[in-house]
Amino acid sequence: MTTTLEADVDWKRVCAVDEIPVLGSRVVNSQAHGSIAIFRNGDGEVFALRDRCPHKAGPLSQGIVHGKTVTCPLHSWKIQLEDGQAIAPDVGCTKHFPCKVEDGAVFLQL
Amino acid sequence: MRKLKLVMVGNGMAGVRTLEELRKISPDMYDITVFGAEPHPNYNRILLSPVLAGEMTIQDIILNDLQWYADNEISLHLGKKITHINRTQRKVVAEDGTEAEYDRLLLATGSNPFMPPIPGKDLPGVISYRDIKDTDDMIDAAARYKHAVVIGAGLLGLEAANGLALRGMDVTVVHIADWIMERQLDRTAGKMLESALAKKGMKFALNKQTAELVAGESGRVCAVRFKDGETIPADLVCIAAGIRPNVELAEKAGIHCDRGIVVNDTMQTYDPRVYAVGECANHRGIAYGLVAPLFEQAKVCANHLAMFGIGRYQGSVTSTKLKVTGIDVFSCGNFSGGEGTEDIVLHDPGAGVYKRVVLKGDKIEGAVLYGDTKDGSWYFQMLKDGQDVREIRDHLLFGNSHLGDAGHKGANSAATMPDEAEVCGCNGVCKGTIVKAIKEHGLFSLEDVRKHTKASSSCGSCTGLVEQILASTVGGAYTPADSSSKAICGCTDLSHGDVRKAIREQKILSAQEAIATLGWKTPNGCATCRPGLNYYCLSTWPHEAHDDPQSRFINERAHANIQKDGTYSVVPRMWGGLTTPDELRAIADAAEKYKVPTVKVTGGQRIDLLGVKKEDLPNMWSDFAQAGMVSGHAYGKSLRTVKTCVGAEHCRFGTQRSMDMGVKLEKMLFGMWSPHKVKLAVSGCPRNCAEAGIKDVGVIGVDSGYEIYVAGNGGIKTEVAEFLCKVKSDEEVMEYSGAFIQLYREEAYYLDRTCHYVQRVGLDYIKEKVVNDEANRKALYERLLFALQDYKDPWIEHAETPELRRQFENISV
Repeated sequence: MTTTLEADVDWKRVCAVDEIPVLGSRVVNSQAHGSIAIFRNGDGEVFALRDRCPHKAGPLSQGIVHGKTVTCPLHSWKIQLEDGQAIAPDVGCTKHFPCKVEDGAVFLQL
Repeated sequence: MRKLKLVMVGNGMAGVRTLEELRKISPDMYDITVFGAEPHPNYNRILLSPVLAGEMTIQDIILNDLQWYADNEISLHLGKKITHINRTQRKVVAEDGTEAEYDRLLLATGSNPFMPPIPGKDLPGVISYRDIKDTDDMIDAAARYKHAVVIGAGLLGLEAANGLALRGMDVTVVHIADWIMERQLDRTAGKMLESALAKKGMKFALNKQTAELVAGESGRVCAVRFKDGETIPADLVCIAAGIRPNVELAEKAGIHCDRGIVVNDTMQTYDPRVYAVGECANHRGIAYGLVAPLFEQAKVCANHLAMFGIGRYQGSVTSTKLKVTGIDVFSCGNFSGGEGTEDIVLHDPGAGVYKRVVLKGDKIEGAVLYGDTKDGSWYFQMLKDGQDVREIRDHLLFGNSHLGDAGHKGANSAATMPDEAEVCGCNGVCKGTIVKAIKEHGLFSLEDVRKHTKASSSCGSCTGLVEQILASTVGGAYTPADSSSKAICGCTDLSHGDVRKAIREQKILSAQEAIATLGWKTPNGCATCRPGLNYYCLSTWPHEAHDDPQSRFINERAHANIQKDGTYSVVPRMWGGLTTPDELRAIADAAEKYKVPTVKVTGGQRIDLLGVKKEDLPNMWSDFAQAGMVSGHAYGKSLRTVKTCVGAEHCRFGTQRSMDMGVKLEKMLFGMWSPHKVKLAVSGCPRNCAEAGIKDVGVIGVDSGYEIYVAGNGGIKTEVAEFLCKVKSDEEVMEYSGAFIQLYREEAYYLDRTCHYVQRVGLDYIKEKVVNDEANRKALYERLLFALQDYKDPWIEHAETPELRRQFENISV
């Protein structure tokens, strides 16, 4: 499958998956999209969200990751990692980006 | 796989709440069928009184509309009464022949009004007061007739009488006891309520037994005759003589009943396929009638229906907080007193206030409040926690200052507050918003209100007020939770105490291990429980536990304070508030080099550099390390500062060298993690310029030594520190304060300040462990020193270790 990766210019290699702590995150600076938070959960899955809470723009990358959710460090809104939606009763959404792990590396589609 | 079939008989509050809980945790396990005898979806029965009084409509009190049943794929049979359970074929049969098979059956048949065997009780015009139909009948009768008699002066009877009076009827309340609501109120409060209601035009016939309900010419009831021969006119008789669990169906099916359907702690009946919740169930001999215990039952039952097998219902201690026709009354526990009890009473008939707290020894045994009930939940909490109240006895009746701190001094009782009054100052939430959320979403607990409105979810100082609003909006449905047994968060049913104990006994060494071994419902816990677990492991097993950075709040992970714009603040330590020209130069250099926008002197006698970019933190720390400065831990649940006055070193009044003492204490406690932040102060004389009276540990120098004060707090709720003991030497100050802090570290619940902890266990307990028991004190002190030995400054560590630095570096694409 690695050959298709190279053919697909949209996918960008970000870092080795081990460079993101389990239940933690890293921040990617993108010219076009600003700061993007890459999360790694307990099951080894990775997710990418714009690093801005829909509530008061808190940096989600600095939150606590649990399940498929991150809790914003500023006012504890809970944001779903898969789609960037806030968990009810809060309402709001932050942009999410396709993200995957292949051969121990994290790829992001911008 | 075939879905299991769940049938519920009864469509009331407890049953439907069980289904809600079940759908939440296991949405696809069951095909659910519900039979309700009434033609309405689930409604809030407690609010029937406002409907009768004309303040609300039926539509207002619906909790789950038909759309909810459709959305949750629940087949709903309204107006169909189940008459038969066939347990061998596992099906239920309704009056009209409708059948439904089940794998699990949930009985939530509620209760029936108790009809005393009075001749004439079946006459037209004689009704009970239980459901929407009864309410409609009463509204209808009020429009056509004049005289109403209500038999029974419990809450329901009085509410009915009030509603009928408001609808223009001439109402007499008949009661067998000497005073009204004798189950909830003592004589004084009962008499006060009676005279208040009499002023509204209600008449009372107390100490009366009804002999007969007399029929008129039309065959409808026309009068009530008492045993003493007196007769009063009655076109409508409402019997409100109590309720009885509705067990007819279960009994007929041979399920063991005894004043209710008998259930075990998992809400299972004697037939393992059959569960029962709500007013129909008898749990450990009690059939509950209040909403809060029923909702607890619902939660446990749903968990077992979902086959999670976690959670037991162990019974509830209940309190009654009611609004009887607009008058607040509250009672809990044994409020009548008796042998070995003492009463503390405040009675102001003019103002319509009566408070009576019954004590046994140093503990609250019960309380009854009339007119002013805002402290009811506080008394109840102390009753349940078995708190020692000896020290607050002299001002017990004046309530806790809980409500006063956020600007609304006790005078505001929730009910009279205007809708636009701000309740939660942190999140800007008004009373109207809270009331609206409670009504629209059918909220019953403080936790729910916090989730939906954010009120009381930040500093918590408005908690008492929010509880009051909740109580006045949902009526008697609200019961405050018991703090000692409250689950840490939604991830578990275990309380902080349970978890601390398990971590100690099972030698659990990391948050993740705790989550795995203690049966957490979520794979990694959440932002509430994980930091607590991490702390409990670290404090219980120092040098052995694994400190998980991902289980720490960002401030402790990044060793700096996150600000609203995502930048950080950096506070280098200044031991005892002392600094040098070199240190100040290093701070000034760093402020310029990293373009720090704001430099501020803090309340803890040091300097805060605000607005630092995360990427700059490690370099800034390296610069400080070069100047010999270390982390101030201004960001952690940890030792913050030891504030000092100038003391005997310079001050002409100083009796002790307070700066020296402060530096020694701060060095001793450097790097200490704790349940919450810890602040100390040392003053050199009783003028107390270091403000030691509002610190977790305050030391005041006197000519003959030092006085040690503990558990003060200058923040959310100002608490004056309490005198612990007097000591002679510097070494003793270190030993006593160290031992106190270690006790707090070992026993307090995460996020409790020392004042909360000491309130929970009592100062006497602290004195016993720290002052009187020398061996224990020395052992505590030893354990503290052991836990803190070899602590490395986290700033230097993070600046020098590449793996630790990584979190501060961004990736570019």
